Amino acid sequence: MRSVIDIRDLSTEEIDSLISVALDIIDNPDKYAEACKRKKLATLFFEPSTRTRLSFEAAMYELGGNVLSVTGAGTSSAAKGESVADTAKTVSCYADIIAMRHPKEGAALVAANNASIPVINAGDGGHNHPTQTLADLLTIHREKGRFSDLTVGFCGDLKFGRTVHSLINAITRYPGIKLVLISPEELKVPGYVKNDVIIRNNIPYEETNDLLSAIPKLDVLYMTRVQRERFFNEEDYLRLKDSYILEPSKLTNAKKDLCIMHPLPRVNEISVSVDDDPRACYFKQVLNGKYMRMALILKLLEEAEK
Amino acid sequence: MNIDSIKDGIVIDHIKAGCAMKIYELLGLDKQDVSVAIIKNVSSRKLGKKDIIKVDADIPVDLDVIGFIDPDATVNIIKDGVLIKKYTVDMPEKLVNVISCKNPRCITTCEQELAQIFNLTDRENKVYRCAYCETKASIN
Repeated sequence: MRSVIDIRDLSTEEIDSLISVALDIIDNPDKYAEACKRKKLATLFFEPSTRTRLSFEAAMYELGGNVLSVTGAGTSSAAKGESVADTAKTVSCYADIIAMRHPKEGAALVAANNASIPVINAGDGGHNHPTQTLADLLTIHREKGRFSDLTVGFCGDLKFGRTVHSLINAITRYPGIKLVLISPEELKVPGYVKNDVIIRNNIPYEETNDLLSAIPKLDVLYMTRVQRERFFNEEDYLRLKDSYILEPSKLTNAKKDLCIMHPLPRVNEISVSVDDDPRACYFKQVLNGKYMRMALILKLLEEAEK
Repeated sequence: MNIDSIKDGIVIDHIKAGCAMKIYELLGLDKQDVSVAIIKNVSSRKLGKKDIIKVDADIPVDLDVIGFIDPDATVNIIKDGVLIKKYTVDMPEKLVNVISCKNPRCITTCEQELAQIFNLTDRENKVYRCAYCETKASIN
């Protein structure tokens, strides 16, 4: 049974096809209004989530399907000690497709290995979150009209940010991509992403700790939060935290068509005064996430029927 | 046990110096009721120094374990005091229930019936990663 646990489970052709379907859904929502009639999505969320769960549920409703929902480990059989494998087998008897979020890394893979229906990973700890990457890709595509020949800046916590690693993996499959990696020394992209993805594929990149000087060259700026708990000492955190807060004054020399993204939730890394800037795309990302989840649910249910 | 001559058993040779104890441990030889000789830092023309393990019993050994720790080691099967078969080992593509994932956030830490699976992700640098959370394998 085909599941999507990691963005690498999807080929570039499949990502392109999902983008096309999502764009068609946006243009022709009525065409898809009953596409998943009598189908049930089980959303198994073993840790708190607002956007992702609602996005999956809204996606299924807009496809004419129904939703079975489990939220919080405390209200499910997991509280009685049921394994992820048994939960997946059980839910396979009720639903047609599963979207699962779990605090443990690899939990979605265990579910997929045991379910007899498709499983979509809606986040497994700090590991993978492929539908966020699909949302990011649709946003870039809609804002820039292409994936190729773009200079993409990633700013903030590039070490622990799962969305950063996945998007680097996906976007560098396209030609003419340049990366600018903006982070404090402590939060640089880990070696396995730099070596296995960026260097191995000869992707031009630069690393810097200076957001202000990097901004003018960017077509896309992907912001993430610099978290206090990631630093070894308070002094370093206090020294660096404000460098990675995006404010209108830092956008003075940015391109007129810069696309500013953030996987959300934000805390203070993008000032609310940036929200009115037409280049702010982070709330569009949320909406695009729903369309890509619709496209993915459709694809996996169609494949399952075959 | 005379470590110079084994009648029926196994000699794991050309082990990189310092790796014999790890192989001994991961093969579970410490739990078997057999005579085992671990010879460390033997002079070797090829390696400079090497380790050797001699097992004085015809027991099955997991070649994947040896290949994981030292793909350059060789395994010799001795029958009636004669070398009857010599194996070279290779890094296995997949390791099952040999080592455990050390990532406290990995699903295997709370669901202990799951098989511990590691995949070879970088042959050149001998990197294995957990199949579930992709944490790099640590053999210590």
